Amino acid sequence: MTEHAHPNYVKVWAILVALLVVSVVGPMLGIKVLTLITAFGVAVVKAYLVARNFMHLHIEKRWVVYLLTTCLAFMLLLFAGAAPDVMKHEGQRWENHAAKRVTHQAQQPVH
Amino acid sequence: MKPIATTRSATGIPTGRLAIWWVIASEIVIFGGLLASYIMHRLGHPEWADQAAHTNTWAGAFNTLVLLTSSLSAVLAHQAAEEKNGPKAARLLLFTCLGGLIFLCVKGFEWTHEIQAGFTLTAGGFWHFYYTAAGLHGLHVIAGMVTMLIIAADARKGQELQRVELVGLYWHFVDVVWIFLFPLLYIAR
Repeated sequence: MTEHAHPNYVKVWAILVALLVVSVVGPMLGIKVLTLITAFGVAVVKAYLVARNFMHLHIEKRWVVYLLTTCLAFMLLLFAGAAPDVMKHEGQRWENHAAKRVTHQAQQPVH
Repeated sequence: MKPIATTRSATGIPTGRLAIWWVIASEIVIFGGLLASYIMHRLGHPEWADQAAHTNTWAGAFNTLVLLTSSLSAVLAHQAAEEKNGPKAARLLLFTCLGGLIFLCVKGFEWTHEIQAGFTLTAGGFWHFYYTAAGLHGLHVIAGMVTMLIIAADARKGQELQRVELVGLYWHFVDVVWIFLFPLLYIAR
């Protein structure tokens, strides 16, 4: 990327560090919704800031963004296709014995 | 400057940068698939929370700070390269490499303690993913460092300065992957 205006990179870095502090402190409060927002929501914001300001995606050719977004969509497709079977251990005519056994064993009290 | 890497531009993007975007696109599928698999297994195995509780959040947070800082130096190296200041770009790339080295040392410290405590690759489902994801990421850090050292050697002499941006793009992507690995492996319990 040649000859373009540069954002204040140190300021972007400072925001990223502040968001890192939020993502560490937020989950310490032990509130599940707050943990999801501060850990994972903030991670999305941090990734966006890096991609936009450090990777200069906002001034890159639009189709690069489409290329990367397509790859992310494939990831979501994988998740949508496989997650229903992986996250559940039994269905109408099937049962994942190995996963159930592992989960059951782990939930037994340790003597 | 290599003519093919800097001037050929069928897509409106110099070929060298285009190649890096394709690398990053393929890496999204690799890491994306791994992380998607981890998330679906994690949601299906509530007992993994007990295993995840043994990771060291502070070490993970420190490593995040290190990678964010190394990304800053990588983008400042790119800026210096645009200003045709090769020696400054080389120094900043070496600083970025130092960040990678610190990251790997902290990882080594963590893994040593975890393995000594019995949390090996085969200690449970969470640990399979933990070592695979963090290990694959660590290999990418090493690859980035080696590439950066080679590019810094040229940049110091004012040669191939366009490559400073390319290795920077790769390094920022490695940083982005860690931004997601950190909450998944160290915070979600």
